[in-house]
Amino acid sequence: MPTSDFNPTSVHLDPSIALETADDQTMVLNMGPQHPSTHGVLRLVLEIDGETVLKLVPDIGYLHTGIEKTCEAKFYQQVVPMTDRIDYLCPLINNLAYCLAVEKLIGLDVPPRARYMRVLLSELTRIGSHLVWLGTGALDLGAMSVFLYCFREREEILRLFENVSGQRMMTSYFRVGGLALEPPLDFLPRVKAFIDGMNGHIDEYENLLTNNSIWVNRMKGVAHISKEDAIAYGLSGASARGSGVDWDIRRDMPYCSYEEFEFKVPVKQEGDVYARYLCRIAEMRESVKIIQQAIGKVGACGNGPIKADSPKIILPDREKMKTQMEALIYHFKIVTEGFAVPAGEVYVPVESPRGEMGYYIVSDGTAKPYRVHMRSPSYANLQALPKMCVGRMLADVVAAIGSIDIVLGEIDR
Amino acid sequence: MPLEPAITDIEQLKTNPALAALLDWKRDAIEGAKWDRDEMTIFLERAALRDACRLLRTGSTDFNFLADVTCVDLYPTEPRFEVKYHLLSQSRKERLRLTVRLNSEDANVESLYPLWPACDFFEREVFDLFGVRFLGHPNLIRIMMPDDWVGHPMRKDYPVEGYR
Repeated sequence: MPTSDFNPTSVHLDPSIALETADDQTMVLNMGPQHPSTHGVLRLVLEIDGETVLKLVPDIGYLHTGIEKTCEAKFYQQVVPMTDRIDYLCPLINNLAYCLAVEKLIGLDVPPRARYMRVLLSELTRIGSHLVWLGTGALDLGAMSVFLYCFREREEILRLFENVSGQRMMTSYFRVGGLALEPPLDFLPRVKAFIDGMNGHIDEYENLLTNNSIWVNRMKGVAHISKEDAIAYGLSGASARGSGVDWDIRRDMPYCSYEEFEFKVPVKQEGDVYARYLCRIAEMRESVKIIQQAIGKVGACGNGPIKADSPKIILPDREKMKTQMEALIYHFKIVTEGFAVPAGEVYVPVESPRGEMGYYIVSDGTAKPYRVHMRSPSYANLQALPKMCVGRMLADVVAAIGSIDIVLGEIDR
Repeated sequence: MPLEPAITDIEQLKTNPALAALLDWKRDAIEGAKWDRDEMTIFLERAALRDACRLLRTGSTDFNFLADVTCVDLYPTEPRFEVKYHLLSQSRKERLRLTVRLNSEDANVESLYPLWPACDFFEREVFDLFGVRFLGHPNLIRIMMPDDWVGHPMRKDYPVEGYR
């Protein structure tokens, strides 16, 4: 519910008009779309009085590639690589949301080993994404060395992705009905070795930052947003949990066997940049816990199947194709004609590192989706930026952008 | 889990709290309802949208969070546009989809901006890509496409490939 001081005209302004209406006292400043602290191609039009921000208007669309439109011309299985490219910092979670949505449309059950592998890789992605947030956010605020520490660990996560899927970033490892490939034998030991050291690495970042007085001064009390405003503006994920919104889709509406995992949802009440920072750091530690449990669960599944038993939807093994006629026929049909999905509509939200990532898919019964819409968390989170920044210093805008952890690929799609 | 057929009979769905609340409020405003794949959809009359949302947000149903606004183009059938609102009740852990059907000649609907400022970007996106107008939106300008773009790219009669 908007608070009483909510005034739409004070926070919204047409960017093209803003450049003309400045009077002698105020100045219009263009921030971006190439500004390094805007994490991509975000353009902000700011009206400032001295150093105080009077108005702030986000201008987006510089990365708009029409992915939703392109999806309508692809078979269901061909959409998976497109979902990687929406949020390039958490490709696997986008794969997951899409695959869960299509599986829900079809009514397809995924075997447990694939489900646990999905959880494991989703949480690795979450850590990787939070590391980029921490590194670049700290870089924006002048803490350069943290960036190098974070990317050291992120590199290891990307190596794990390469190990399991053959790709570092655009993995497309989750497919409708399961996983793309059998994970290599050394995958679980490598994840274990990495994740056992991760808490120590998080301690390192915290030693550098959490009680660092420069860091705390740049963050505490900055870019405040209340719980009511956070909900009204559609904030989700750690950005909302920093304002006391106790909501995590993994815990509250579990998907993909998250109900079998034990973890806490860190919530802070302060609603400032520092609270969001603490939430994300704590989330990384929770992800470590989930991964440790997932390693055990995947291991307990042994050599169980990684794909659902549904030959009309899932591509057959290469070995079967060479020996079985049916497998070859199904392969040919899936590749050339796709697979038909029963008509209907679903909205499947998952908890991405940035918040609620929802896939809304409409099927008309053919092999191509009638409509694919991505509810991207950054898109909603960005709307709260004027609310956070107006009336504060220009330098706080940089801290605020870092704290809502936006990815422009996901905003513009 | 094999698919179960969708339930579209309002009488059978009366136990759903959102539908029950809306039925108590105004029976005529509800054009239909659907329970499909564990998701609830309510088809609303266009004029009732904002009042219905206010009721759902503040009443015992407590749908406090607007997750998403999007649109589906059913070209060439009429009514052509279906605007979809995905609501979430964080206290009751329940989701709801509201659908408003719009004809192509007057594709407009009341903006939900006064209820949820989150609608700002969501509705601008639908306006930009589908050409649906939201009455009462304070700043209904293009958001994804350039300001001088002609046409609405997500419409089904707009080609996927080729030059403008």
